[in-house]
Amino acid sequence: MTDFTPYSALIGGALIGLISAFLLFGLGRVLGISGFVHGLIARDSQFGWRASFLIGLLLAGVIAAFVTEVPYRIVTMPWVQVLAAGLLVGYGTKMGSGCTSGHGVCGLGRRSMRSVVAVCTFMATAIITVYLVRHVF
Amino acid sequence: MKNIFSLICGLLFGAGLIISQMANPDKVLSFLDILGSWDPSLAFVMGGAVIVTLIAFPLILKRQKPLLDTQFHMPAKKVIDRALVLGAALFGIGWGLSGYCPGPGITQLGAGLVSGNWADPLMFVIGLFAGSLIYNKLNSTKS
Repeated sequence: MTDFTPYSALIGGALIGLISAFLLFGLGRVLGISGFVHGLIARDSQFGWRASFLIGLLLAGVIAAFVTEVPYRIVTMPWVQVLAAGLLVGYGTKMGSGCTSGHGVCGLGRRSMRSVVAVCTFMATAIITVYLVRHVF
Repeated sequence: MKNIFSLICGLLFGAGLIISQMANPDKVLSFLDILGSWDPSLAFVMGGAVIVTLIAFPLILKRQKPLLDTQFHMPAKKVIDRALVLGAALFGIGWGLSGYCPGPGITQLGAGLVSGNWADPLMFVIGLFAGSLIYNKLNSTKS
């Protein structure tokens, strides 16, 4: 239902990879957004830079919405579904130590076997979930 | 200094999510809908990002230390255990239910605060933090 946009995807993706490399170069850390969220909750000595990153991520959305129209969800779903999804993502990324950025972009980049397994697993369950929601129920 | 560096990284990472449309939940769900009206665009996001990290990470890790710290802090765990697989599986279900993974949820919330479409991403972000807290609660009693 959405258009095929390989060029903007590739450019945006390269920027995502570049910033992941930049954070490793500067702070010596893997860029994992779920890890930053869990770190905020732990309120340890790494609170400051993690909170700063997440504020930057939020501000990127704020600034983008002022300069352009940021695409948002058109095919709406019940809020309970989105809340449940958030709970699963929060719980699952804590248990499995990562999400699309930490395991996907960074984990694959540093050739981590754990991340290869994680990426294959979450891609599979995500595809199955979408199939069930869109074509079965 | 670390905080400013990190803030800028967050800003640019968010820009990457918006440019690539990874922050658009409809786009993500179309990407995951391989047996329906499949839009493979987001494979190019992952592809573009991983090509960069595959080349850059080994070069960066050859350095003695990062720019703003005394050492690299890389995950040490190597073993593939039940928690890794089950956790990733649960994350995938949540991603497939909503089209949000953590970064896009937060960036979309920022955009929504300006455009008025904040309710949907807010639900996700509340769930994200609550899910992490629930995990801590359930697993602190064991140890």
